[in-house]
Amino acid sequence: MIVDATASLAPPRRNLHRFANPGRFLRLAGAVLPWLTAGALILTAIGLVWGLFFSPADWQQGDAVRIMYVHVPAAWLASAGYAALAACSVASLVWRHPLADLAAQEIGPVGAAFAALCLITGSLWGKPMWGAWWVWDARLTSVLVLFFLYLGHITLIRAFDNPERGYRAGAILALIGVVDLPIIKFSVDWWNTLHQGNTISLTGAPHMYISMLWPLLFSTLGFTLAFAAIVTARLRAAVMERRIRALLMARAQHAGAEEWGPA
Amino acid sequence: MTFLPYVAASYALGVIVPGGFALAAWRRMRAATRKLAAIDPRRARRASEKTS
Repeated sequence: MIVDATASLAPPRRNLHRFANPGRFLRLAGAVLPWLTAGALILTAIGLVWGLFFSPADWQQGDAVRIMYVHVPAAWLASAGYAALAACSVASLVWRHPLADLAAQEIGPVGAAFAALCLITGSLWGKPMWGAWWVWDARLTSVLVLFFLYLGHITLIRAFDNPERGYRAGAILALIGVVDLPIIKFSVDWWNTLHQGNTISLTGAPHMYISMLWPLLFSTLGFTLAFAAIVTARLRAAVMERRIRALLMARAQHAGAEEWGPA
Repeated sequence: MTFLPYVAASYALGVIVPGGFALAAWRRMRAATRKLAAIDPRRARRASEKTS
């Protein structure tokens, strides 16, 4: 039996770059986007209405606990968005995936907006509960650092005349910034913080009433689908804009060549 | 409802921020689709094949 030595190597490369073809990506994104949008709208609406009107108030915090249904999804997406940004950076630096740079560029502003949403809703929750809009607590400070990392990434990729250099610098910053994610996660365990400890974990039972947990899960899933839908739409637009630029440049070159004629 | 202004402000931001980004992304996508359809020869060819 003859065995092709390259056959075992071919599938991973093909799979990795399977969606790198812009045309294929546009078709796939166009098919997925309506479902993501519909799911996001339905789940977020259920989660927020349930959390605002039907879930119980906390015995200690009163109705201020309802801020949780916006604050927790925003906090989760600020971190998850940054993890996605770092994954795109790895794909860009290691495998030179053609869409990874564009994806990182489009994730950045959305992640920054969710980090800002997390900080602002945290402030709105902190004022009535702690009596202060802001404290230099380990959890709050590490999320603020995450917000600045997002801003740094957004700025850095636009700071170079050559976009490739910008993408590379942004990718390196994104990978260095990953160190902030475990600090955010474990800050409430490593330091004495005013911020409460983790109420939900993958390994243990939640320290929360089930009547509060369900709307929180709906809201978190809904906001996650919204994040995915926004990034997919932005990436779709970015791929088309890149094609538009390429076509216009090709036209300009063609027109220039015709005008000057053969040398 | 206790602490209503804080809760209302949080929910308003929770709707406005993602909603604003979604709207901006949708408008950007529509503008790119239109512009690409106008200048891309492959798309123009496909469109003319559909109409003929």
